[in-house]
Amino acid sequence: MTDMTAHDMPEQPPRSQWWDVWDQFKTHKGALMGGGFLIFITLAVVVGPWIWTLDPQKLDIRAKDIRPIYTALWDAGAKVDWGHPLGTDNLGRDTLAKLMAGGKVSMSVGWVAMLLSVVLGTTIGVAAGYFKRLDGVLMRLTDLFLALPLLPLLLVFMLLFRDVLRSAFGPETGIFILIVIAIGITSWMQTARIVRGDILALKEREFVLAARSIGTSPAKMITRHLLPNVMSPIMVSATLGLANAIITESALSFLGLGFPSDFPTWGKLLFDATDRMELYPERVIWPGIAISFTVLSVNYLGDGLRDALDPRIRGR
Amino acid sequence: MTIKTFMLGIAAAVAMAPMASAQRGADGSVSIIYWQAPSILNPFLSGGTKDSESASLVIEPLGRYDEGGNLIPWLAAEIPTVANGGVSADLTSITWKIAPGLVWSDGTAFTANDVKFTADYCMDPEGGCAQLSKFGGVTSVEVVDDLTVKVTFDKPTPFPYGPFVGSESPIIQAAQFANCMGAKAPECTEQNFNPIGTGPFVVDEFRPNDVITMSANPNYRDPAKPAFASLTFKGGGDATAAGRAVMETGEFDYAWNLQLAPDVIAKMEEGGKGTPVAGFGPLVERLMVNFTDPSPSLDADTRSTVKAPHPFLSDINVRKALSMAIDRELLVEIGYGKAGKLTCNVVPAPDIYASSANDSCLAQDIDAANALLDEAGWVMGGDGVRAKDGVRLSILYQTSTNAVRQDFQALIKDWWSQIGVETELRNLDASVFFGGDPGSPDTYQKFYADIEMYANTFNGTDPQSYLGNWRCNNEPRPETQWQGENMPRFCSAEYDALHDELQQTADVNERARIGKALNDILMQNYAMIPLVHRGRLSAHAKSLGGVKLNVWDSELWNAADWYRIK
Repeated sequence: MTDMTAHDMPEQPPRSQWWDVWDQFKTHKGALMGGGFLIFITLAVVVGPWIWTLDPQKLDIRAKDIRPIYTALWDAGAKVDWGHPLGTDNLGRDTLAKLMAGGKVSMSVGWVAMLLSVVLGTTIGVAAGYFKRLDGVLMRLTDLFLALPLLPLLLVFMLLFRDVLRSAFGPETGIFILIVIAIGITSWMQTARIVRGDILALKEREFVLAARSIGTSPAKMITRHLLPNVMSPIMVSATLGLANAIITESALSFLGLGFPSDFPTWGKLLFDATDRMELYPERVIWPGIAISFTVLSVNYLGDGLRDALDPRIRGR
Repeated sequence: MTIKTFMLGIAAAVAMAPMASAQRGADGSVSIIYWQAPSILNPFLSGGTKDSESASLVIEPLGRYDEGGNLIPWLAAEIPTVANGGVSADLTSITWKIAPGLVWSDGTAFTANDVKFTADYCMDPEGGCAQLSKFGGVTSVEVVDDLTVKVTFDKPTPFPYGPFVGSESPIIQAAQFANCMGAKAPECTEQNFNPIGTGPFVVDEFRPNDVITMSANPNYRDPAKPAFASLTFKGGGDATAAGRAVMETGEFDYAWNLQLAPDVIAKMEEGGKGTPVAGFGPLVERLMVNFTDPSPSLDADTRSTVKAPHPFLSDINVRKALSMAIDRELLVEIGYGKAGKLTCNVVPAPDIYASSANDSCLAQDIDAANALLDEAGWVMGGDGVRAKDGVRLSILYQTSTNAVRQDFQALIKDWWSQIGVETELRNLDASVFFGGDPGSPDTYQKFYADIEMYANTFNGTDPQSYLGNWRCNNEPRPETQWQGENMPRFCSAEYDALHDELQQTADVNERARIGKALNDILMQNYAMIPLVHRGRLSAHAKSLGGVKLNVWDSELWNAADWYRIK
């Protein structure tokens, strides 16, 4: 043993396992593109407003109904303006600025709600899987939440907590918290079930038995041995959750619930544009593309991460 | 070439000839599309506009409203008034005189018995008449002679024109409906689908919820009318399709009630086959100003009730400034186009009730609004919001979810920000907002906001009960389960006294004067801020002449006068 070690002494320091993960991830073209697009759209909504400084809520009636600049390619008479490359809406608000402002809200709702649901789902899943006594109670709770319909629940939420949150945090932050919590607590159940299933299986494995035999405490057992092994399903459900949260927020805004009407989100932009879909298709297409591509890229990213994070798949 | 011109000239002369002599049935056929399909031709058994309007081609009332909202005699010889002795001096009875020589489409004479029968038919306790409210307060209907009917009310009724007036209260033939009284009314399919009438057309075939074919009434009172020999009335579809059928493809001659955005209508009009026409009733989109404090920190029995006056909207200068900052012309252009008009009144129609005392609101004046607020002691703060004694001008502005309303909210918020007023927008689902559920905090009655926006109107042409909405003690409050019509929680002794006077006045001109004065009190106190006088929009083919859009009565009220433009 010692001989061999001496003989095979590496010339470089050992590679971190994350390099292996990256190598595997790189082979998934879709995941690479998805990751790239997600970075791009995140930068666009975070840094974008610093570069494209038009106020998304500024009304300019004289510049209303401007078409996107590319319309000039086939319709020379179209009303276009380089000052508004993606055009303006019927009140003269700049579409590009609105897309960025809307994306910021949609993405942050998506991320925060996803984090909330993953934390909740993992905690409950691990607890139910590891502690037998909690299993029944927690899983019935999960069933209960699965049966809750989101829309009526959100309406009740609005009714009960809107004024409280509004006076505590102001109208926009208050609604943000409300929506994030509503989406978060109605979407953790899948994660919890998947995690519980994996934990139940892992619990019976020899390495867990070995760890237990040397007296590892449950807390250490979970953080050191179980959680790292369920990382890949959590990652996948997190990415799916992000996509899901963005879609849910869009659906809520599309239905006219949620944020105030002057607070753009991608769903809201879609909702506002449907009346004039025929005359100004770009007003539906751009937010629609933003939502679909973000969700698609997140799904691909999740797929790639799952492959990369699972050591059994890695290298194949 | 000369021959062609000559032939065209002859053709034109031949075509012009019938117009000159105006002959019944000379103009072929006309087709009408309603995007709601009629299911019955008896308005006494249906509350639907589509049913009473399609029936108005066949059966007619004694008196009706013209396009200006004026009462005109139709089957009656004249409109009874106190002046001509038709209405008794104590206002408890009205005597109608029927025009002589009228016949039903089957050739029999139209008499006072038919009128009395109609009242009995509708007032039958087992009948379930949909227009019973038209006969409210009627104690008896008596036949005086063949052409005279006397209606008696249980109390003085200054406006006795409920029964037998308008398309919802036409006269049906006693002989035809004799066996259809009371509970048997809905079973008389033949009668309900093919009523015999006095109108310009008779029913040939009625297919419920689909299409009605009609032909000219051979016994119509004016031998030269109607100009059309046949009429097709198609029901169903949606407003967009109906608008297209008239304005873009030209398949139909008349389309009813096109509730579409102005740019969508404009796009259709480019089709060149038809013209949209707007008619204006008293429907006004307005801002309601809350005179009471909607702060969530107050308990449920005090919040938005007269116990707590509003911290800043109780200052008339603030209300006035809010109104001055609004550019109504732009609102009309953005939201309604041809179906909207500028107004500064809450009762903009009929014409005799429309006040001109408040027209200064028509022009936007941001500078004057700023000056007014400065003068009233509202000082602009560093954040661009005015304040006085620690009270900031911060408004919560709610309305129902609707694309046009949200556009209005965005525009008004922008204007108010220019006079140092901060606005938070809220839009609520229409079924919740107008739902009236006392358990919900989001209804327009509870008014847990500083400003709310919606449209309201009244039926008929008399605004007495409508103006009664804004009397003291008519405000929604916990004791009334939040029912009531006085949304601003407005209360003025002067207003109430004037309204009492209106209830006891019969003379039309005097009523108009009082009505205007009541409207002016509301407007000059800025209890409501009118935004747009909204209209009804219909469209007719460019070749269809004689259309006068009527919002007070059936839109087809003068179909007898329609003709083909050649």
